[in-house]
Amino acid sequence: MFKIVRKEVLNPSVKLMEIEAPYVAKKAQPGQFIIFRIDDAGERIPLTIADYDREKGTVTIIFQEVGKSTKRLGAMEAGDSILDFVGPLGVASHFDGLKKVAVIGGGLGTAIAYPQAKHLHSMGVEVDSIVGFRNKELIILEKEMAAASSRLFIATDDGSNGNKGFVTDILKRLIEDGNKYDMVIAIGPLIMMKVVSNLTKQYGIKTIVSMNPVMIDGTGMCGGCRVTVGGKTKFACVDGPDFDGHEVDFDEAMRRQSMYKSEEKISNEKHECRLGGEVNA
Amino acid sequence: MPNMSLEKVSMPEQDPNVRNKNFLEVALGYTEDMAREEAQRCLQCKSKPCVQGCPVNVQIPEFIKLVAEGNFEEAYNKIRETNSLPAVCGRVCPQESQCEQLCVRAKKGEPVAIGRLERYVADWNMRNGKSKTEDIKKLNKKVAVVGSGPAGLTCAGDLAKMGYDVTIFEAFHTPGGVLMYGIPEFRLPKDLVQSEIETVVKLGVEIRTNMVIGKVLSLDELYDEGYEAIFIGSGAGLPSFMGIPGENLNGVYSANEFLTRINLMKAYKFPDCDTPVKVGENVAVVGGGNVAMDAARSAKRLGARNVYIVYRRSEAEMPARLEEVHHAKEEGINFRLLNNPTKIIGTDDGWVKGMECVEMELGEPDSSGRRRPVAKKGSEYVLDVETVIIAIGQSPNPLIKATTPGLETQKWGGIIADEETGATSREGVYAGGDAVTGAATVILAMGAGKKAAKAIDEYIRSKG
Ligand SMILES: Cc1cc2nc3c(=O)[nH]c(=O)nc-3n(C[C@H](O)[C@H](O)[C@H](O)COP(=O)(O)OP(=O)(O)OC[C@H]3O[C@@H](n4cnc5c(N)ncnc54)[C@H](O)[C@@H]3O)c2cc1C
Ligand SMILES: Cc1cc2nc3c(=O)[nH]c(=O)nc-3n(C[C@H](O)[C@H](O)[C@H](O)COP(=O)(O)OP(=O)(O)OC[C@H]3O[C@@H](n4cnc5c(N)ncnc54)[C@H](O)[C@@H]3O)c2cc1C
Ligand code: SF4
Ligand code: SF4
Ligand code: FES
Repeated sequence: MFKIVRKEVLNPSVKLMEIEAPYVAKKAQPGQFIIFRIDDAGERIPLTIADYDREKGTVTIIFQEVGKSTKRLGAMEAGDSILDFVGPLGVASHFDGLKKVAVIGGGLGTAIAYPQAKHLHSMGVEVDSIVGFRNKELIILEKEMAAASSRLFIATDDGSNGNKGFVTDILKRLIEDGNKYDMVIAIGPLIMMKVVSNLTKQYGIKTIVSMNPVMIDGTGMCGGCRVTVGGKTKFACVDGPDFDGHEVDFDEAMRRQSMYKSEEKISNEKHECRLGGEVNA
Repeated sequence: MPNMSLEKVSMPEQDPNVRNKNFLEVALGYTEDMAREEAQRCLQCKSKPCVQGCPVNVQIPEFIKLVAEGNFEEAYNKIRETNSLPAVCGRVCPQESQCEQLCVRAKKGEPVAIGRLERYVADWNMRNGKSKTEDIKKLNKKVAVVGSGPAGLTCAGDLAKMGYDVTIFEAFHTPGGVLMYGIPEFRLPKDLVQSEIETVVKLGVEIRTNMVIGKVLSLDELYDEGYEAIFIGSGAGLPSFMGIPGENLNGVYSANEFLTRINLMKAYKFPDCDTPVKVGENVAVVGGGNVAMDAARSAKRLGARNVYIVYRRSEAEMPARLEEVHHAKEEGINFRLLNNPTKIIGTDDGWVKGMECVEMELGEPDSSGRRRPVAKKGSEYVLDVETVIIAIGQSPNPLIKATTPGLETQKWGGIIADEETGATSREGVYAGGDAVTGAATVILAMGAGKKAAKAIDEYIRSKG
């Protein structure tokens, strides 16, 4: 069993948890992820390692409550335990020889981008972080991102934070203003990563995106997580999750992401009615 | 006086039209009378040809004699001397090409039903056996085993009996390897696998799940934790795809993914269990081995109306166990033999709507000695399906090789290991089972685990 030692609510649907998992903490690196399972009937769910503390033997995860499993996890409290927590999985990000980087986070992708920004920043790389949210209420990790960046730009779709627009608008402006980026790291919804990649391709800036297809084992054994990169089939869990954004077939990835939409709805509705039942009882 | 019937005592089974809608075990097993009657068919041959066919040398005539006498407890102990997973082997060994193939009774009529008898004895013990605690003298030496499939479990069990402190590191959340995630419930009930694993744990073996070796710990770090030798039984879990157009459409699964969702994640209980699986009305399974049969029969049980096995050779070349092919046919699986997929066709929004196949004919024998299938020009046609399951083979996962300097492997990924000892190119590191041979059988994996246990013992003793 793996104990939840700390829980924080970052916005109404995004939570942070610090989990006791010494083996994972010992090896974890930016760009890697874990898979958890709450109990014996649970699904195996991948989440990025947002932070780790090797001394304390803990790993931090930040997750959005989108469906049954993430809602169930979100309902747990510090002191509770979950059944399985395996990792670190995936290939760690490689950032050698970089001087100036733009890190882009879209919504929850900000949580996945945060450890990367932090790592680069600590290596002395100049980091411009650009994060976008639908509205002001959804902004997460503002303090943390600011501390991990040379400059932080926050955009909202509706302008409720006084800075209306998309992350790509800001990125484009910064590039046009003459900022020379060695690399752009873009993490967020597939459509955002696609748009960023299309933009940076025009300027010839190497772009890394983090793919999050549906996974089961996370060890290369099912092939469910396959993505097409440069015309070749790759397994995101062992070959990624980071890939060259200019090579990824985003349209295929978006299609594959929707494969279980109707089942997810059933699962979620069942969960909601169970919760309702508990309240009434 | 032996029973001279030419046929095996038949084993009761669920009716095909009932069982193809449930996940309960197909074969129901012998009753005591049936077992004793079948046991009488054994001639107690002095030369024991049958034993030559068993990769772990089960003392076949000896245990069968005990069955004939009704002494099931002793029969169980006899089997357990060499086989730590009898309830599993009795069910899934390809007996027709192993022990039973060499049985003298097979020269005229059917061989003795060695597998069914083994199964009976193991099941009897599960119901009636007293758990015996073996008296083991501890050596205070640690050995690590990677993977908890049949190879790892056997190696661990044997080493534990010799007095070693054995820890199994398993990547998944449940031990058992293919026995848990691959072979379906209706052929190998999972409770039974867990109870056979329990007997290994009772010997003092510790199983640590969620430990992906190569990621969580490397082999070298296992040495740092005080293990004196390591056995790698990590199996052949990497699924192969065909490389034809349309393989990434929604609705195309590797058999591994399809079966893992169903077996390990219990998707057949969705939504009570959280993991879903999509089956559709019409399903094509590509391949002709046990994996393909299991996927097809599972799809049928999950409600698919038409399930096709698409295999590019003929029935004679099919590597599946005879019994499984027979059962699949009874359950209404449609065999498209000498057919090969050429592409998968999708709808505008990216879902499978058909699979184009071409008819094949058998040409000259290839390097495997099997006649090579060649496409008949112009015979292409489209099979209307919404789901395609690819079961054309697996190879070893590259994770351990990639993180273990100096561990030599074949080009296709198999770890190079001595056939007799399992010794690899790294001192103190042994390997066996599918990780070495590529996808093979449960009993060969167990045989390899056994040989490696002996070699590891010798190695550690030689170090003093
Ligand atoms: C490498 C990787 C890293 C990720 N990191 C994070 C993270 O740090 N924080 C975070 O909030 N989310 C992360 N995700 C996404 C997260 O795994 C999904 O949100 C989660 O699985 C949803 O499960 P659910 O049961 O709550 O929702 P469901 O209702 O089951 O699904 C909602 C959506 O989540 C996705 N999803 C469902 N099951 C899986 C699965 N087994 N594997 C992957 N995606 C799935 C699908 O796109 C689906 O539409 C990551 C995904 C991957 C692959
Ligand atoms: C669907 C299906 C049906 C089959 N039917 C039959 C049959 O009827 N009869 C028969 O004899 N054979 C059958 N087989 C083949 C048989 O199951 C295998 O040959 C056998 O299980 C191999 O045993 P193993 O111990 O080498 O590997 P596996 O059973 O594959 O076990 C390997 C274990 O190692 C774990 N592992 C892998 N990598 C790591 C790592 N890095 N760290 C830690 N753990 C790791 C895996 O999770 C797994 O639990 C079937 C196979 C399949 C897939
Ligand atoms: S273990 Fe398998 S091969 Fe050996 S006797 Fe039993 S069924 Fe036959
Ligand atoms: S070969 Fe057949 S008849 Fe002879 S001992 Fe073995 S099982 Fe019995
Ligand atoms: S999640 Fe199964 S291969 Fe990647």
